[in-house]
Amino acid sequence: MKTASKPPAAFPPAAAGAPEAPRSARRRPGTPWRRRLADQSRAYAFLIGGVLCFALFSWYPAIRAVVIAFQKYTPGSGGEWVGTANFTRVFHDPEFTAAWRNTLTFTLLALLIGFAVPFVTALVLNELRHAKAFFRVVVYLPVMIPPVVSALLWKWFYDPGAGLANETLRFLHLPTSNWSNGADTALVSLVIVATWANLGGTVLIYLAALQSIPGELYEAAELDGANLLQRIRHVTIPQTRFIILMLMLLQIIATMQVFTEPFVITGGGPEDKTVTVLYLIYKYAFLYNDFGGACALSVMLLVLLSAFSAVYLRLTRSEGDDA
Amino acid sequence: MSTRTLVSPLTLARPRGKAVYWTVFGGVVLLFALAFLFPVYWMVTGAMKSPDEVTRTPPTLVPHGLHLGGYTDAWDLMDLPTHLWNTVVQAAGAWVLQLVFCTAAAYALSKLKPAFGKVVLGGILATLMVPAQALVVPKYLTVADLPLIHTSLLNSPLGIWLPAVANAFNLYLLKRFFDQIPRDVLEAAEIDGAGKLRTLWSIVLPMSRPVLGVVSIFALVAVWQDFLWPLMVFSDTDKQPISVALVQLSQNIQLTVLIAAMVIASIPMVVMFLVFQRHIIAGISAGSTKG
Repeated sequence: MKTASKPPAAFPPAAAGAPEAPRSARRRPGTPWRRRLADQSRAYAFLIGGVLCFALFSWYPAIRAVVIAFQKYTPGSGGEWVGTANFTRVFHDPEFTAAWRNTLTFTLLALLIGFAVPFVTALVLNELRHAKAFFRVVVYLPVMIPPVVSALLWKWFYDPGAGLANETLRFLHLPTSNWSNGADTALVSLVIVATWANLGGTVLIYLAALQSIPGELYEAAELDGANLLQRIRHVTIPQTRFIILMLMLLQIIATMQVFTEPFVITGGGPEDKTVTVLYLIYKYAFLYNDFGGACALSVMLLVLLSAFSAVYLRLTRSEGDDA
Repeated sequence: MSTRTLVSPLTLARPRGKAVYWTVFGGVVLLFALAFLFPVYWMVTGAMKSPDEVTRTPPTLVPHGLHLGGYTDAWDLMDLPTHLWNTVVQAAGAWVLQLVFCTAAAYALSKLKPAFGKVVLGGILATLMVPAQALVVPKYLTVADLPLIHTSLLNSPLGIWLPAVANAFNLYLLKRFFDQIPRDVLEAAEIDGAGKLRTLWSIVLPMSRPVLGVVSIFALVAVWQDFLWPLMVFSDTDKQPISVALVQLSQNIQLTVLIAAMVIASIPMVVMFLVFQRHIIAGISAGSTKG
């Protein structure tokens, strides 16, 4: 309204063909269909590139995963319907059980370590009054190192001979370990790598959450005689509960898709101990050339993870409405 | 003064509090140095050791002499210039295309009110729910044989660029930012005779610098760090980005040379982080809590 009541000295001619300013033209109920069509086609001209990419590389593959899961598929010559044969075949593969067991164990371990370590780190960092910028940069540094490099770096650390991990243990006069080469320790070794590489992001998010806690709450708790641990339990954790829950859900979704660490560090070994579901999908597609099996596995992973995602989106949305 | 946290300023001011604080502070500095800086130091210096020294037990903390041979060998033997250049091309293209297509689409969805815009946005947001990695195989089949036109994007940077555009998170980030730009501003531009493209270019984009920066960083980092997708797309060794090449070449190469290559592969991202660390850290801290 401001612009309309005070027209500039040199009012520019309205858009070609329209006798009035576009603004009022749009508001009028009887806008000519020609004009509406022009508006729409312009809107879609801006939209089309992005939407095409989504259609080709997100929507279509999602539908296709489900279709191919029920087909015997060979690239180039198309698919042939086979019902649930892919699912039964994949299901009876001994690696299937191993892959799911490994993935779930990995996720669980990553959740335990990946929650406790960053949370405590953030808690301590938030109390420090000096060199804050330094800590933030250092903790985030591993995140910026390419995942392939961190995987190769830790593969070298884990080397049973001259690896840094065993050297440190020897230096401390502790028994050495097989790390990523041992059947019992391989998966844990991979969780350590993943935690080291990703902890920085989580710490920063927890730090931001901790800084938003009103200081009065701590003051009140202290006046009521709450000691340090009680303050953490009754103030810090309830105040950050939502962020903790969100990050846990995100972490479940991310860690269930682990691939780089097992592929680079252990190659799935020893004895299937670190084959993950995504690794098995990769093997089905590129080693066995069995795209039906790979898509059947993908659909299983998809269904499970989408459930977690749905919960996540539901929660973030309801929280947004409250605020 | 700063707002109070778990420990009250009063407790910290007492002699005992001060002692505890400085002990904890020292402990954290030491722990951080050991956990995060030392591995990086070990990598950088490991590449300077001689092949004999790097496998010696007990290991040497400081390399004997400065062997830069590892670095020059990595550069030449592993053909790093080619792979680094491939990565740069892939990341830059994905960045540019994402900025162009995602800002255009976000602008349309936010300001131009297309028919079925809500449906399109819903479809885009739904992809946030679908775990990306679980779809790599059907995505690979699509890229290998594009529907209707039947061309293959395998071994072409387009195989990285175009799928990168389908990034619901970045598009949504842009759309949300554009939503906050008041209508009046755009209408004023329109009355002054600016077309939609002109409005986007001269009004919306300059106002959106912060969010464009965040999206740019996300886009560049994502491509540089990715492994599984480029591993599938590039079977041709000459076209592979550095992440894929490192793993493929890691089997039959001398340890010091491999480590040097790892250092070189990390430098661009680490430098970018050190330059933009304020923005990156602020983006992560802010973006996450607001969902």
